[in-house]
Amino acid sequence: MNNTMFAVAATAVAIAVLAFAHALGVDYFYFAGYTILQFIVLSTAWNILGGYCGYVNFGTAAFFAMGAYSSVFIHKLYPLPIPFLIVIGAIVSGIVGFGMGYLTLRLRGAFFSIATLAMAVVLQTLVVNWDYVGGSRGAYVIHPENLEFGALSVHYIEYLFVLMLALAVLALVTARTIERSQLGYGFATIRDDELAAESCGVPTLRLKLIATTLSGAFMGMAGAPFPYYIGYLQPQSAFALDYAVNSIAMPMIGGTTSWVGPLVGTIVLGSAQQYATVTISSAVNLLIVGLMLVGFVIIAPNGLIGLVQKRFRRQP
Amino acid sequence: MSALLHVDKISKHFGGFVALDGITLEVQPGERLGLIGPNGSGKSTLVNCICGTLQNESGSVQFDGRKMDGLSAHQRTHRGVARSFQLPRPFHSMTLADNLRVPMLYTVHTRTGPLHADNIDARCAELLQMVGLANKARQWPRDLTQVEMRKLELARAMAAEPKLLIADESMAGLSHSEIDDILALLIELNKAGITIILIEHIMSAVMSFSQRLAVLVSGKKIADGKPEDVVRDPEVVRAYIGQ
Repeated sequence: MNNTMFAVAATAVAIAVLAFAHALGVDYFYFAGYTILQFIVLSTAWNILGGYCGYVNFGTAAFFAMGAYSSVFIHKLYPLPIPFLIVIGAIVSGIVGFGMGYLTLRLRGAFFSIATLAMAVVLQTLVVNWDYVGGSRGAYVIHPENLEFGALSVHYIEYLFVLMLALAVLALVTARTIERSQLGYGFATIRDDELAAESCGVPTLRLKLIATTLSGAFMGMAGAPFPYYIGYLQPQSAFALDYAVNSIAMPMIGGTTSWVGPLVGTIVLGSAQQYATVTISSAVNLLIVGLMLVGFVIIAPNGLIGLVQKRFRRQP
Repeated sequence: MSALLHVDKISKHFGGFVALDGITLEVQPGERLGLIGPNGSGKSTLVNCICGTLQNESGSVQFDGRKMDGLSAHQRTHRGVARSFQLPRPFHSMTLADNLRVPMLYTVHTRTGPLHADNIDARCAELLQMVGLANKARQWPRDLTQVEMRKLELARAMAAEPKLLIADESMAGLSHSEIDDILALLIELNKAGITIILIEHIMSAVMSFSQRLAVLVSGKKIADGKPEDVVRDPEVVRAYIGQ
């Protein structure tokens, strides 16, 4: 299937999901679905750097929060429609990603991961001390209950759901396109052996910067509508550890070498978390992540995708 | 005829250790040069400085009439320098064919403009044929034996269509017949017009391959000339066997 065909197919699936949600007519479905879609974007974005290039980023929450806080900033300055905020969030987090890449990509392995974690702490401290966006008190972003498009009146949560659905499609199409392009080959050589990649003519530093920028930009996009979803944004929730942990765990559970991995991993883990939140407690979420990670490391080190591939054909 | 590679008084230190101490070396187009020296004499450091993996601190490296100082490894590969690694470093997650595709996509591509997918496939098959791995195109590097891994390493270097190929100990740990295999391959490549620097410990291989021999000892070049003269040079004998 070529890229255009895939984009059309993905859009069709998204429309089907939307139609199903609309027919269901339950607001809770939008709330839960939004979170899962948001994690599809985040884990796909993480996978561009972590899965394709092999650089484990622990700073997902920072990129997500940059997107969210640029929305808060614009909201206070001059409210714009959310699609514009998504673009702004992408630009801000993309720049942060580029800067982080430039500063830290000479580090490898655990050292790179620690640097990304440190960056998240630094950015959180900055936001906590920035009064204009609420500082440590947090900021209220009140949205109307319904949104009017001419004669059409849409529930605000449905509107947010549609936006996140579109972002998820965009992220998946981008990831799949990269995977099958020259860029994808380059990323894979970086993951396998950077020295050999350079000697084959692969400009590794440039490719890594492309990966950190793209990955950061998608995380920022996922964060931009978040203040409108949550209504009240504080640094502790925007920079929460859950984002970093989940966006690593989801691709790991699904499989990191293909765009399908983060998608499947997010649907499995995200749904389990949503279910646990309603039936048991939201505090169980991290326990679920932990147990599933341990389980998958033992049973399927290459994720669900690896498990399926192993079953159907001889795999490396 | 002007030299293809001109290394001019390059030096490299690692802390207080002098790895290369003012090395000068010229390689003519189409030449087969053997580079020998005891362990730790700076052979691999010299290769790394020529290929851009390391940057020399003083002196300069000229290739094909242009300076290469300060260029990164991938830029030098684009100019036409290719190398194989002492320990094979294949891309583990890719099939053999895909391993060869990388230099074509990233190096040949930049010189000639976009290549057609069919041309890339054909060239991959041709290279694998040349090194005798045609029937393993769809396998992964982990399935290869040591000698096949070396051949893949050479094939991948060749996929970048280099003018100069530096083979860094491509024969270490191989049996006699396997060494002959690799030698025949290198000579064939040389006949096709590629200049080759062979770094090797196995003297029989170096002697039968090289048109010229250079010897490094403790970061200095102590001899450079016809192989049979060089191995009789008292200083070389002293460095290898001791007094």
